[in-house]
Amino acid sequence: MTDDLLRIDGLRTVFRTHGGEIAAVDGVDLSVPRGRTLGIVGESGCGKSVLSLSVMRLVAHPGRVAAGHVALDGRDLLSLSNAEMRDVRGSQVAMIFQEPMTSLNPVHTVGFQITEAMRAHDARASKADLRDRAIDALKRVRIPAPERRFDEYPHQLSGGMRQRVMIAMALACKPKLLIADEPTTALDVTVQAQILDLLRDLQQETGMSIILITHDLGVVAEMADEVAVMYAGRVVERAPAGALFGDPMHPYTLGLLGSVPRLDEERENLLAIEGSVPPPFALPKGCRFHPRCPFAVPECRSEQPPLRPIAEGHQAACLRAPVEAFAA
Amino acid sequence: MARRQARRRRNNVLRHAIHRLILAIPVMFGVVLIGFLLMQVVPTDPATVRAGPTATPDVIEAIRSDLGLDQPLYVQFGLYVWRLLHGDLGSSIINNVPVVQELGATIPATVELMVASLFWSIPLGILLGTLAAYWRGSLLDRAIMAISVAGVSVPVFFLGLVLIWFVGFQWQLLPFTGRAGPFYTPEGAMSLILPAITLGGVFIGPVARMTRTAVLDVLTADHVRTARAKGLPERLVVLRHALRNALVPVVTLVGLQIGFLLGGAVVTETVFSWPGVGRLAVGAILSSDFPMAQGCIIVLSLGFILVNLAVDVLYAALDPRVRAA
Repeated sequence: MTDDLLRIDGLRTVFRTHGGEIAAVDGVDLSVPRGRTLGIVGESGCGKSVLSLSVMRLVAHPGRVAAGHVALDGRDLLSLSNAEMRDVRGSQVAMIFQEPMTSLNPVHTVGFQITEAMRAHDARASKADLRDRAIDALKRVRIPAPERRFDEYPHQLSGGMRQRVMIAMALACKPKLLIADEPTTALDVTVQAQILDLLRDLQQETGMSIILITHDLGVVAEMADEVAVMYAGRVVERAPAGALFGDPMHPYTLGLLGSVPRLDEERENLLAIEGSVPPPFALPKGCRFHPRCPFAVPECRSEQPPLRPIAEGHQAACLRAPVEAFAA
Repeated sequence: MARRQARRRRNNVLRHAIHRLILAIPVMFGVVLIGFLLMQVVPTDPATVRAGPTATPDVIEAIRSDLGLDQPLYVQFGLYVWRLLHGDLGSSIINNVPVVQELGATIPATVELMVASLFWSIPLGILLGTLAAYWRGSLLDRAIMAISVAGVSVPVFFLGLVLIWFVGFQWQLLPFTGRAGPFYTPEGAMSLILPAITLGGVFIGPVARMTRTAVLDVLTADHVRTARAKGLPERLVVLRHALRNALVPVVTLVGLQIGFLLGGAVVTETVFSWPGVGRLAVGAILSSDFPMAQGCIIVLSLGFILVNLAVDVLYAALDPRVRAA
């Protein structure tokens, strides 16, 4: 347990609206072990992106982190000054985003944007040195003809290439933690696989930790060592990837797995979870999943179940877990 | 490698410019045609003006045939274009001075006034707009927007008259009539200040508003978030990743607004007795000096076309995606 690179405790991120404050992330505890990958899964709107932006302290107005701790190597990021936090961004925690099409600035060359990230953390580096390092970074993400690409603009690259550039930029300063927010969602399936391979190889090379945020369970199964499932701003289940997929404990996870099409099983219908994610300003009392839960009992309406250990290394926030009926 | 890339970039911009220049030719022809026709629909006979109030009908007729006004309209226009292509815009029918000579004397004054006005108002407008966008909703934002609304609403002549009355007349701080010399002489520079403040003053508002909108738009863009995630200081995030991108639409809009600024120049020149093309045009129209008025119209339009051409080129220089197209 002591070898966690990042620890998140009781993180709560709220947005001020006309109807008062609403919590997009509401009391999340997570940890990311050194050199490993934590997958965060959930439907859109469950707070997984806000969670990652909270770690970077990049939640945009009118949102703010209201409570909790985010410790990187034991250092609380939330109590750093703005200048100190700026120094952490890019050099210790880097981030890549869903839309490689819009995440790069269209009016600057690829090379400029990569060297800019390096210069932000190393003001003394010479121009030629930065150029060499950026071309190296492009090589590492397997971009062909990196010397030529260095001087090109984002619109001259394909989506997959742009995401590679984003990764090169993120890794330019050798961060300890990479937060990848839906890194493959906007890409073709074949390109997706290449990008995931690349991330895995780079992780082995550098020993960095990765937080992989996605709604795609296939991606998580392939990449993550540990998985956290989020629902309506809270973590509802946490387990090593194998345990989560082999023996899901929370009805929501079960529902998610049931909605994944598979080729190796004869299935008449995909199981869908009835209803939809409640909006954060109209959360149900008790367990937030109970209105959609086929296993709900009266107590679920009144009590908000805490995340509790069910099996070795496996936690779930459900009063009824483990229930044999789940398996049926 | 980088040098070759830079050269290619320049070549693209150049090709873009030439392309735009070719497109400007039909526009220019249209301007000449409309300017010519406008003068035909004015209910004054140039021959009568030329002859003076005491002339007999015979004299007027002689002048009419002398000026070629008895020819069919298309022949007159053909002749006009033919002379125009040879750099001959005719002569004033009031004092017989060649139009080209008169324009040559006034163009520098107008260019000087325009450049001096834009020189301070565009940077200030962009600065104010950026500040307003960055601190959106703050007191600063509201103050800047209030100033800009006031700037848009105050007519040019009014601002000019207020400045003349207080700064020029009451406080006697600056000269307010005429052009004492080219801008590089101390007297010339002094006499340029008030007209340039007047004409630039009405331009700050629109520039600030357009910049604010464009910067606000860019500030929420994904690539700005990327820039922050890289650990760039806010100053660089705003300058390199928000303002730099926002300049693309701002330049376009500013280019279009410069047409209105030319209209403002006519008023400013009249108010301050500034010896420019605008004042020349007003005088020519009031005295029915047709060739002179036509010449002024052509010069002002040409100015507008050139500014837009410059904007197009600048646009391509600012946005690599345009360059490639």
